Amino acid sequence: MNSASSVKFLYAAYIATWTIHVLYLGSLVRRYRRLQRQMKELGK
Amino acid sequence: MKKAFPILAVLTAFFLAYAFYQAMFVAPTDALQGDVYRIIYYHVPSAWTAFLLFFINFIASVQYLANAKPSTARTVKWTVIALGIVGFVAPFVPQVRQQLPTGMHPSAVATTALIIAAVYQLIGEFFPGQDLDVLAVTAAEVGVVFCSIVLITGPIWARPVWGIWWAPGDIRLTSTLVLWLIYVSYLVLRRFSDSAQTQKLAAVLAVFGALDVPLVYFSIWFFRTQHPQPVIGGGGSMDPRMLNVLLINWMAFLCFAFLVCWSRFRLEKLRREVEEAEALESLLEPAGASATSSTAKLPLSRRPQ
Repeated sequence: MNSASSVKFLYAAYIATWTIHVLYLGSLVRRYRRLQRQMKELGK
Repeated sequence: MKKAFPILAVLTAFFLAYAFYQAMFVAPTDALQGDVYRIIYYHVPSAWTAFLLFFINFIASVQYLANAKPSTARTVKWTVIALGIVGFVAPFVPQVRQQLPTGMHPSAVATTALIIAAVYQLIGEFFPGQDLDVLAVTAAEVGVVFCSIVLITGPIWARPVWGIWWAPGDIRLTSTLVLWLIYVSYLVLRRFSDSAQTQKLAAVLAVFGALDVPLVYFSIWFFRTQHPQPVIGGGGSMDPRMLNVLLINWMAFLCFAFLVCWSRFRLEKLRREVEEAEALESLLEPAGASATSSTAKLPLSRRPQ
């Protein structure tokens, strides 16, 4: 097995993992902000 | 508790960075696979975390269904306690011990039975009423995220090691994909169904979906599959230094999953509060005003994203 090319797969796996986590955390933040905005609108 | 969150988040970030350092620079290189084997430090902990979250979803769903009637709740509670005791004692009975698969230790089975019973009681204690449903949806959603990582990192590892991205028909791979599809359908059901029975239907789906978790886990014990043998038990063997790094990474991902679940739990509680406030407001509003209102007055579940 070519070590140099296999390392690319290792990096790809780690980057994919953190990309998924960051995207999910981003979606949580977006949803949270939208709910806070709605809560404020309801409070008016 | 809210003040503890940022502190825990910073500690978890340091723990994850330490786990990454261990995985990339401290763990020895595999003699056969080279460095690409280090994918297991993200793949395996993600799988274990997903299983744990689906298990929590299962327990919360069972309790949610059982709590519909106090007598059923009591019966299920005592049944779980009885099963925990039987599960703790039975593996040490010689006749039962002989039936256990190779590599499965009686103490591990006994501990698992006891933990299941204890988790059931703890979840019932700390998540009363609707909180059980909130916990169920939280665990399912975060579990799907971790399961997605398993399904993506697995093929990335398989390509250089097996020479193929996916082994069609392999029971471990197929059952994991089915597990992911079950929980995605669970989330879709919750997102798009506006029936009053949605929560109960979702709980029933979760109970049946959880049956796939032991199938995924034990598939490599009982079936011939391309997937490597289990890391712990089941005839698998691993260098202690590698195992140590693997457990460090799992602990780090568990801390991370806990914080994500905490955030998702609070988000779901807030979503329900907003929904209730909107329903209350629409009740208090004069009839003429509500007729002119736009989508802003629709419940959240019916509102365009």
